[in-house]
Amino acid sequence: MTVTRAITTAPRGASGGLHPPRRPMTARRFARKYLIGIIAILVSIIVFLVPFIFILLQAAKDPKDAGLMGFDLPTTWQFWQNLVAVIQNNSYQVLAAFINSFILTIASVAIMVVFSAMCGYLLHRRRTRLNPLVNFLVLAGLIVPPAVVPTIWVLQGVGMFDTLPGMILIEATLGLPFSILLFRAFVATIPRELDEAAIIDGAGPMRLFFRVILPLLRPVVVTVVVVQAVAVFNDFTGPLYFLPSSANPTVQLTLYNFQSQSVSQYNLLFMNILLITIPPLIMYIFFNRQIVAGMTSGAVKG
Amino acid sequence: MKFSPLRRALVATASVAAVALTLAGCSGFGSTGGNSGAKVTITYLTGNDAADTAQGKALIAGFEKKYPNVHVKMDTQPTGTQGDNLMKTKLSTKTMDNVFHYNSGSLFQALNPKTSMVDLSGESWVSDLDKNFKQVVSVDGKIYGAPLGTGSAGGILYNKKIYQQLGLSIPTTWDEFIANSKKIQSSDPSVTPILQSFGDTWTSQLLVLGDFANINKQDPNWAKNYTNNTGGAKYVNQPAFEGFQHTAEIVADGLVNKDYASMTNAQAMDALATGKAAQYPMLTSAMATVQQDEPDKINDIGVFPIPSPDAKYTSLTLWEPNALYIASTTTGDKLQAAKNFVAFANSPQGCTIQNQTGAAAGPYATSACKLPSNAPDFIKDVQNYIKEDKASPALEFLSPIKGPNLETILIAVGSQSTTATVGAQQYDQDVKAQAQQLGIKGW
Amino acid sequence: MTTASVTIDPAAPTRTPRRSKSDRRGIRSPYPSWFYIPAGVLYLIFFAIPTFSSFYFALTRWTLFSQTFIGFGNFVQFFQTPALTQGFVNTFIYGFVTSAAKVVIGLALALLLTGATFGRGYLRAVVFFPVLVSTVGVGLTFKALLNPFHGVVNQVLGFFHLPQPGWYTDPHLALLTVAGVDIWKGVGIATLIFMAGIVAIPSEYFEAARVDGAGSWNVFRNITLPLARPAMATVIILSLIGRLRSFDLIWAMTNGGPGFSSDVIASVIYKQYQAGFFGLSTAGNVILFLVVTAIMLPVQWFLNRREAEL
Repeated sequence: MTVTRAITTAPRGASGGLHPPRRPMTARRFARKYLIGIIAILVSIIVFLVPFIFILLQAAKDPKDAGLMGFDLPTTWQFWQNLVAVIQNNSYQVLAAFINSFILTIASVAIMVVFSAMCGYLLHRRRTRLNPLVNFLVLAGLIVPPAVVPTIWVLQGVGMFDTLPGMILIEATLGLPFSILLFRAFVATIPRELDEAAIIDGAGPMRLFFRVILPLLRPVVVTVVVVQAVAVFNDFTGPLYFLPSSANPTVQLTLYNFQSQSVSQYNLLFMNILLITIPPLIMYIFFNRQIVAGMTSGAVKG
Repeated sequence: MKFSPLRRALVATASVAAVALTLAGCSGFGSTGGNSGAKVTITYLTGNDAADTAQGKALIAGFEKKYPNVHVKMDTQPTGTQGDNLMKTKLSTKTMDNVFHYNSGSLFQALNPKTSMVDLSGESWVSDLDKNFKQVVSVDGKIYGAPLGTGSAGGILYNKKIYQQLGLSIPTTWDEFIANSKKIQSSDPSVTPILQSFGDTWTSQLLVLGDFANINKQDPNWAKNYTNNTGGAKYVNQPAFEGFQHTAEIVADGLVNKDYASMTNAQAMDALATGKAAQYPMLTSAMATVQQDEPDKINDIGVFPIPSPDAKYTSLTLWEPNALYIASTTTGDKLQAAKNFVAFANSPQGCTIQNQTGAAAGPYATSACKLPSNAPDFIKDVQNYIKEDKASPALEFLSPIKGPNLETILIAVGSQSTTATVGAQQYDQDVKAQAQQLGIKGW
Repeated sequence: MTTASVTIDPAAPTRTPRRSKSDRRGIRSPYPSWFYIPAGVLYLIFFAIPTFSSFYFALTRWTLFSQTFIGFGNFVQFFQTPALTQGFVNTFIYGFVTSAAKVVIGLALALLLTGATFGRGYLRAVVFFPVLVSTVGVGLTFKALLNPFHGVVNQVLGFFHLPQPGWYTDPHLALLTVAGVDIWKGVGIATLIFMAGIVAIPSEYFEAARVDGAGSWNVFRNITLPLARPAMATVIILSLIGRLRSFDLIWAMTNGGPGFSSDVIASVIYKQYQAGFFGLSTAGNVILFLVVTAIMLPVQWFLNRREAEL
């Protein structure tokens, strides 16, 4: 049973087809709908919201209060001062880190999207003897853990160890398998007749791909961009291995190192955490629906 | 084709980004800048904690005033095990700063100084150096480092007020130390007899590393045997085993604070200074925290050596100061500027800055620098032990081998997950692995 | 958008929609093989070469510039060192505990969020958000919340006179605590995938069941659960692959401690690298590779087989 087909061709309502069919309201229905819902909301607040509220509160406290780590309102609201202190710390290291992280994310995602789209597209459209091999390599790339020290050795060999371009290429490489899978699944929804039409209109392979196919892949491109951007932005162990010196910090490394620098200043540490949470939050607010749609169609087909 | 221009832009960006970034090999925001005009720019690497960065900045400010045509850019990196690895990686990939601040002794040896650093034997300040220090920054008779900061001692920091109140005298044997601790516990249960602070993992090593002076006194050949894998100099055998035993014993006897697993070094120093705890196996360099947070209490704390089972062996273990080194990739104008910077740190002006920005934790290793007259009392304690010849350098200054997992192994022993015997065996294995990795003969 | 209507000129050569395997007119094909090259180059240089060379370097004592061949010495050392063996065992525990929990909790949440529940939209948003937050940030936050003496969680427990364990300071609890935080962070994706799987079940099945008079539990057991198997397979596979290979949450919360009690193979690899034992670290990588492959292949086979039985 192709679940993918069911998802992508299911009628789309405002809620994306995730509404159950309507049934008459009985006492049991009522209890289920409202009682369980309210309990769930309460539990969700305790389990999922409390940590974020904690971050906010800590970020607004003065050092002594923050050191106590209690879940209470700050005695003095220091939100703005903490923000300034964190940003200025160590010659604006946090700003440099954000810029580095953004460059890293944008460049690696751009490379990833284009290269994997080309691969996924070809995998679906053209069945050659290469296909099983490529499929196997993609699967291997997904499962096999990257060999880190040999990768450092390779990077050093090409002179890119501990540089941002090197990190960009590594992140792009690591993100290829998953992106190729998503693209391959989505290209299936674009009818070949469109290819035919474009070819008959005289389009060469490049034009066919970049002007006809890629625009139609916009939904999955958005999904891949958002999912991979969040993954690269939040990647901690990658820069830990391949970008170790503080000449090129990323925000995750800066946050981790901030622990030792801010030994008695938990308020600054949590302000740093808050700052780092903002870009993914923005991504989430704007692209929530696309993430859901893309992940489910590609991932479930697996 | 509504989205075509957008799509083209995306592809163009991708290709340009990929090609340009790869070819140009740009090093991202925040990296070392190039020369600005006629000025010579050199780079200086130090630890990212507040004390190191403040000292670095002050030294640079003073140096640039004296040498206006030199600009020094400071970089920082984490200290500890992560810092050790970063040092090795930067030196081997030839991306190290011109001048860098790092430990002396075995950690210095592990950086392969002969190829990675500049020989400084001919510098003017070499003649001022203390004999012990010269040994820990040289290989084959060539000197590679200049001292920065004072040395320190590793022993038991103790709250003098509590000792006075309870009429305790400084213990000279381990049994006396335990007896003192038990007396402290019974007279006031709210006071911790012995602090442990595994929230900062490196602090777990004190009872083993700080015991070395005792071992050295008992068996002066121990360090050599240990390095050459001869004579049964292993941690699983006495006298070295006692360090592991002690780490387990104080916890088993219930003499340790309840929150030992999460307490940090700073919190522990705080507790010691304010009298909430009586004793703490620690380096005197940790007194910098007290200097900063409770300066009026600094003379309430003294130090005595970790006692040996036998009083005649009890000696204080000393740590030599850190040093400034120059990377061998520094050449030409930069090399001269770097040498000047290193010399400046040990000039009278540099010494004053060191006194102002560094918390003294022991004696200086160069006669060019004098301790300030208002140095805290505990330094006099240290100097007394040195004068009475009841002190010797730690093992890392007499042997190039130090197993990298000691702190984790001791935390396991201190948390009672492994016994002292098993811990000592694990560490001996760790030492063997390190020795083999360093290519030392006999392993 | 190109025109969807096509006029085929009968005189023009017909192009078959499917390219046959023997089609060798690469240059004239609208699907040129060189499209594989950009990704292929990256993959080769930064993934394939390191992975293949790791098998060699694992057999050496390595300093990045010189290596001495020592055969299986690194592997012997790995399994003789209790600390490293512990990491090996912990990897399994961590992987399976988190995956199992994500399956159970994810399915339960998915049922809740696809049913007629009040506040469903808000709940979906809240459950999924932790997935997007930085792992280091989450680790540090929970480290503060779970602090044995000052943390909010233990203070609340103390208020109710419940035991206040040393969440990440007790060697027996540390790994499970980190696993718990990982479940908190990752359950959103599992829920999402299950939701997609449940929603894809055609409503006729449910209608038919209701007509037959089946109660909620029977509906769940005989319709929802079997038909959600593809989703379950995906969740298990994705979760296992991810958790077996990662150590960032562990690193942020406990650094593998106290002692070695929360080390996993991935953090062991890093620690050995940090200590400069590059050969041993690479041997750890090879072991991880074997472990992951040894787990994933049977799991995949088993899950796909169950699915086929449907």
